Amino acid sequence: MWNIALRAKEISGCGIAGIIHRKGELIPGEMILKAICCQYERGNGLGAGFAAYGIYPELADYYALHVMAQSKQALVKVEEFLQKFTFLNFQEPIPTKKVKTIKNPPIFKRYFVRPKFDEVDAEFCDLSAEDDRMVQLVMEINETIEGAYVISSGKNMGAFKGVGFPDEIAEFFRINEYKAFIWTAHNRFPTNTPGWWGGAHPFTLLDWSIVHNGEISSYGTNKRYLELFGYKCTLLTDTEVVAYVLDFLIRKHGLPLELACKAMAPPFWMEIDEMSEEERELYTAIRILYGGAVLNGPFAILFAYNGGLVGLNDRVKLRPLVAASKGDICYMASEESAIRAICPDPEKVWAPKAGEPVIVEMEEGVIPNQKSYLNVRSKEVSEDALRLGSFPLSLLAG
Amino acid sequence: MPLDLEVSPFHYSQVNRIIREHILKGEKEFILRGVNGHRYLFGGISAKISAQIYGTPGLDLGSFMRGPEIRVFGNVQDGAGNTMDEGKIIVHGMAGDVVGYAMRGGKIHIYGDVGYRVGIHMKAYMEKVPVIVIGGKAGDFLGEYMAGGIIILLGMHTIYPERPIAGLFLGTGMHGGAIYVRGKVKESQLGLGLKPYALEGDDEKLLENYLKEYCEDFGLQLSEVLKEDFIKITPYTHRPYGKLYAY
Repeated sequence: MWNIALRAKEISGCGIAGIIHRKGELIPGEMILKAICCQYERGNGLGAGFAAYGIYPELADYYALHVMAQSKQALVKVEEFLQKFTFLNFQEPIPTKKVKTIKNPPIFKRYFVRPKFDEVDAEFCDLSAEDDRMVQLVMEINETIEGAYVISSGKNMGAFKGVGFPDEIAEFFRINEYKAFIWTAHNRFPTNTPGWWGGAHPFTLLDWSIVHNGEISSYGTNKRYLELFGYKCTLLTDTEVVAYVLDFLIRKHGLPLELACKAMAPPFWMEIDEMSEEERELYTAIRILYGGAVLNGPFAILFAYNGGLVGLNDRVKLRPLVAASKGDICYMASEESAIRAICPDPEKVWAPKAGEPVIVEMEEGVIPNQKSYLNVRSKEVSEDALRLGSFPLSLLAG
Repeated sequence: MPLDLEVSPFHYSQVNRIIREHILKGEKEFILRGVNGHRYLFGGISAKISAQIYGTPGLDLGSFMRGPEIRVFGNVQDGAGNTMDEGKIIVHGMAGDVVGYAMRGGKIHIYGDVGYRVGIHMKAYMEKVPVIVIGGKAGDFLGEYMAGGIIILLGMHTIYPERPIAGLFLGTGMHGGAIYVRGKVKESQLGLGLKPYALEGDDEKLLENYLKEYCEDFGLQLSEVLKEDFIKITPYTHRPYGKLYAY
């Protein structure tokens, strides 16, 4: 079994960093590494990771599954599973390098797949059905195959993470050899949950990836709420729920990005009281309908998808977050110095307000399978949200 | 001759060690260049020295210090002046969150905006009255749990024209000291047990004194700063929460 050492509670903060190029140009891995290493003391060597977007352009139409396995047997089981339920285009070990300080790492392999559908379903198969099926398959592997986890499952992107300091994990996964149009990075200081390979950030689902500084005190509520909709929390860490909440609110229910952020970090009732009538109605509805998706507790998160990078704080800003921009590149990090380490003279530096997301989307049409979640989406895409009317509200409130 | 040091190749612990060694040798002036994310600079130093910092110092600049005067040409990060006791920090840029946390003496002058929870837990005793002057705007929880000392919020040099001069929960749990605001705040922004008052008695004199020094630090016109009226936020009894069981 995984050697999960439960440690006494420690008090400190993690470090996060993210970069996005609005025109989709590729940024070398070295940059994000420099930014996260500037915040070295924010971690304690029990976890670090990177998410990179745009790293598999030749296989951009396939879901890139990064699988972490404790043994060859576990990997064989994953492969049998994939054989049965997916079309496999290409597979290879994820290139790694021996690092002295990293002892007994798991095995890492990547598979480029598309889900199989049986004949009846195939007639109706569209992109969103493929995504749904992929989510099911990932959940099933993580829940049922012992000793193996899918740590990322998006198209043209991947997560690389493990137990170590960021420079060690970067060396292990040879991060310097990748170039990406969006990067996020994490330097972990686990406080409440074990520092193990699966618990390192980023957490991902499809092309959502999330890095987080803080703690999700509402983990239990969020977990139970998500389970109603088929999401399984298997990675023993609070942050995992955020990836699934994003998928649920934005991809499944079609909420525009900003509103989804307001569901996760809602305004206070006293603020809602002072809003105009229309706004008041909207935010009251959001708070009632998505009570189970509210993330309580201190957090600063960065999340990314194929097309955008978003920074969000809890509504009383209990964790730091700084944003900056220069030209077509936008930066976000726990500390301003992390940004200045890679961009000494940004045009603009600012501290985002609590609960107000910083949303940076790329220009239209610059990358394959590009997504934009700024606006409410068309009826057929957000039909799940429309169907909500038939649910009893008490159920949704978690 | 001041000690002029390019610190970019060094870890913060090395920089602090070098500073301490030179203070022991009697050095009184320091110039640090290439500062970026170096933590705890001048932390715990109790010598009358002066320093110029170029760049973005890391967390807890000047924490627990008793004496140094630090001028920063750049922005400061979270926790600057944490529990400082004497001395002064002058920031020619913006500041992060929890600046002047539990401050018990000395001054912090910031040209621009500050983040959340600035001046929380400030206290005063006898002749020790800590002062924070903020040239820009402040986030939520300014002066939370304040037991003494003075915060002056000007709202003049800001990069956030869309934001109010102070955030929510202004002075929540405050039971001593005073927050002066240039302009107005909504009563709904204030914590329970607080009221905005018009200036009275010695307030104007006191404000003028502190602002004169602030203006000298940044080369500003005092008359410009005093053009607008100030309000004073302070608890209306000595124990405003004596009868409050829970918030």
